[in-house]
Amino acid sequence: MLTSKRLILAHFWLAFIVFGVALLLGAWQMLVRSPLVPWISNPEWYYRSLTAHGTVMGYAFPTLIAMGFGYAISESALGQPLVGRRWAWLGFGLIVVGAVMALVPVALGLASVLYTFYPPMIGSPFYYIGVVLVVVGSWIWVALMSINLAIWKRANPGKPVPLAMFANVAGSYLWAWTAVGAALELLLQIIPVALELSSTIDAGLARVFFSWTLHAIVYFWLFPTYIAYYTIVPRAIGGKVYSDTMARIAFVLFLVVSMPIGIHHSFMDPEVGAGFKFLHSAFTALVALPTLITVFTICASVEIAARLRGGRGLFGWVTALPWSNPIMLAVAFSFVMLGFGGAGGLINMNYQFDATIHNTQWITGHFHLIFGGAIVIMYFAIAYDLWPHLTGRTLASLRLMRLQLWLWFIGMIVTTFPWHWVGILGMPRRMAYFDYTNPALAVDAFSVILSVIGGFILVVSGILFFVVLLRGQTAPQTDSGPYRFATAVHPPVTVPAALNGYALWVGLMIGLTITNYGYPIAQLALRPGTAVPAVYVGGQR
Amino acid sequence: MSPTPSPSSPQASPRADNWHTRAIGVTVLAFVVSAVVGFVALPLAQPDLKLKDVWDAICSAAGVASRPTAEKPIEPDFKVSSVVLTPDLLNLEDAQSIGRGATLAHQCAICHGPAGISRADSPNLTGQYASVVYKELKDFKTGARVNAVMTPFALVLSEQDMIDIAAYYAYLPRLPSPRADGTPPPRIVANGDPMRGIAPCGACHGELDNKRGSPRIDGQPAQYILSQLQAFASGERRNDISQQMRTIARQMTPSEMEAAARYYSGESR
Ligand code: HEC
Ligand code: HEC
Ligand SMILES: [Cu+2]
Repeated sequence: MLTSKRLILAHFWLAFIVFGVALLLGAWQMLVRSPLVPWISNPEWYYRSLTAHGTVMGYAFPTLIAMGFGYAISESALGQPLVGRRWAWLGFGLIVVGAVMALVPVALGLASVLYTFYPPMIGSPFYYIGVVLVVVGSWIWVALMSINLAIWKRANPGKPVPLAMFANVAGSYLWAWTAVGAALELLLQIIPVALELSSTIDAGLARVFFSWTLHAIVYFWLFPTYIAYYTIVPRAIGGKVYSDTMARIAFVLFLVVSMPIGIHHSFMDPEVGAGFKFLHSAFTALVALPTLITVFTICASVEIAARLRGGRGLFGWVTALPWSNPIMLAVAFSFVMLGFGGAGGLINMNYQFDATIHNTQWITGHFHLIFGGAIVIMYFAIAYDLWPHLTGRTLASLRLMRLQLWLWFIGMIVTTFPWHWVGILGMPRRMAYFDYTNPALAVDAFSVILSVIGGFILVVSGILFFVVLLRGQTAPQTDSGPYRFATAVHPPVTVPAALNGYALWVGLMIGLTITNYGYPIAQLALRPGTAVPAVYVGGQR
Repeated sequence: MSPTPSPSSPQASPRADNWHTRAIGVTVLAFVVSAVVGFVALPLAQPDLKLKDVWDAICSAAGVASRPTAEKPIEPDFKVSSVVLTPDLLNLEDAQSIGRGATLAHQCAICHGPAGISRADSPNLTGQYASVVYKELKDFKTGARVNAVMTPFALVLSEQDMIDIAAYYAYLPRLPSPRADGTPPPRIVANGDPMRGIAPCGACHGELDNKRGSPRIDGQPAQYILSQLQAFASGERRNDISQQMRTIARQMTPSEMEAAARYYSGESR
């Protein structure tokens, strides 16, 4: 029962439009620092573009997808119209205003600080206030998800919360809490300096605050993808979810263990004690657990679909899968990329291994493979699956969809594998310029060219994605029926209270944040003499 | 869906408490084990840390700042710059200050020119950043930067004099670019050389960006630019904070120094 179609479509369209722009910027960035063209001779243009690319891809795009998908889930899984639709539009409006407010100074070169802020660099206050507005807009969504669930629970006492909604609300709580780190950094540290109320900043403390956000934000990006794995894929390929309980456990585990591990981004930072680095490293190992549970459960669910379709043998069932179905293709590609990306992640979480690839192109390759690859390819799948229910028109170009997904997969592999490689060779990230005539860098040239080609394959795939959606717009109106989610082999009749609510898990999430972050933050905040002069960017020339 | 015979409320399920104790138990266990390994076992396994006891290990692993040793730090045998460059140093345009500075600057005109445009090979001061003029004067005064000709004039200036002079020169107009024909910058200026740790000059000295404390060098006499680069490279001039300029100049070849000097001065070969 989708009643807020315009609201949901608005979120998805805005998400994909800003994504399309940022995708072009990304390809341009790859080109201008490759050996293929003479250098632009001004690093400022590069960092401007990079800031816009990261801000859109990291904050605006996935947040809008999670919100739009979240509203769709709330209506169709709970079977009740969205309560607070006006508030939802207000949240959307805040995101639009915030995004414009943040990106205008970036375009003017007044905030080339990259999306991770990097104090003591300080840009225009409008940039940071814009980002804060985007986050505030998304917090309205968090509140609405929880209110809608509460209303449903009151009307359905004792019933198990549908899996899609259970996961959706878990994701919203994770976001609410993980955004607090960057919010504290912005409100207490950066914005006062940007407004010139103070001219020094404790950059070490700011980095610790940001790490609070930086790891779990990836899991917030990942939630729509995992929800799609569990609740769209089995239905779309004619199977069933292998275990509803496993799914719930995976989602609540993300709440608990994706938060207290962010200092693995600061292994090379001197301001955090080695003991806390170890603690975060150990908990990072635990975060593999929900992903392994998911890989197992989804493979089992897919096997069920294959066997229902007459698949036989130990591995022979794989051929019985509906490979012409874009959703099947997307999930397979997503898993392959998740596998490689996850393997790379095991390197990053190891203190000693991390030292060799820290701040190299390896890291850029890693997060593009996970986020741009495994996660975003499922965003496409979600759009393909949901679109007919939103527009009332079928998306008929299945061949085009398959081509688009293939190109995205190939493009992402061709982009990121060479990045990993040159990272191992020591090529640093966040550089506007490389002198490939230098013998020490000449070895990188070939791999860099390869990854540029990958980048352009991604652009072609992005264009195809829009072609598919726009062609759908011309199809005749049809009724696609109610939007449904996959059912489990054993649909839950009763669920333990712990897996039907969040109190326990949110409690553990906050508790572990305090144990793992409390001391490092308190120590840096209370210690005098740790602030350094701010460096205003885009100021005097 | 067939109506299920109303399932027992999950809240009332006897297994609920089990979940709580188990989940909290496992989490606490994971925390305690990692903490013991990370804060006690691993630090104690490293003899280099020279830890006295378990408490010492915990403090070290937590990152508690260690007390400085009683030994005195080794002082350099030369004067280092005492100026602290903050973003808000000398940002105000104060008409009175500029006026006083204009009067004081009369004594500087013989060498730096009546309008801050030098006709000898002394540096131009017109349109220079206030923070730079102030810092250099202060460095001359404290002896962090030494020049037989210039130092005597700085020695007699008071703190307020230096602030006023800085305000005055910053207020004067900048020199027009000496390269009206749009000569392309040499490689070392446009790209620097990342492999030798040289950022593009323009990333600090203006045009691309200005980092506080980096003087405008556009339009300075070639001879002056060259001599400063050589002085940084040889260590004769060492008032640059954190060796920002020395690390760069030491890596530059003589021909790169000449190319940069020619480009910035606008003097054709
Ligand atoms: C007798 C000539 C002479 C006089 C008079 C003189 N200067 Fe200088 N000044 C120089 C020379 C030469 C240098 C370059 C020193 C070097 O090579 O290190 C210099 C350097 C400077 C610099 C550093 C510029 C830079 O870009 O690093 C400042 C600032 C300066 N003078 C200010 C003044 C002021 C203010 C006065 C008057 C109170 C003054 N000078 C008087 C000769 C003079
Ligand atoms: C990381 C920033 C940075 C870069 C890059 C840089 N400089 Fe500098 N440079 C400085 C700073 C800071 C000073 C002033 C040092 C002081 O006296 O405190 C300086 C001083 C100088 C001076 C002396 C100017 C004067 O009036 O006293 C010259 C000449 C100079 N730089 C040339 C260059 C050239 C040529 C390049 C490019 C090859 C370059 N610099 C790159 C930061 C930089
Ligand atoms: Cu991380």
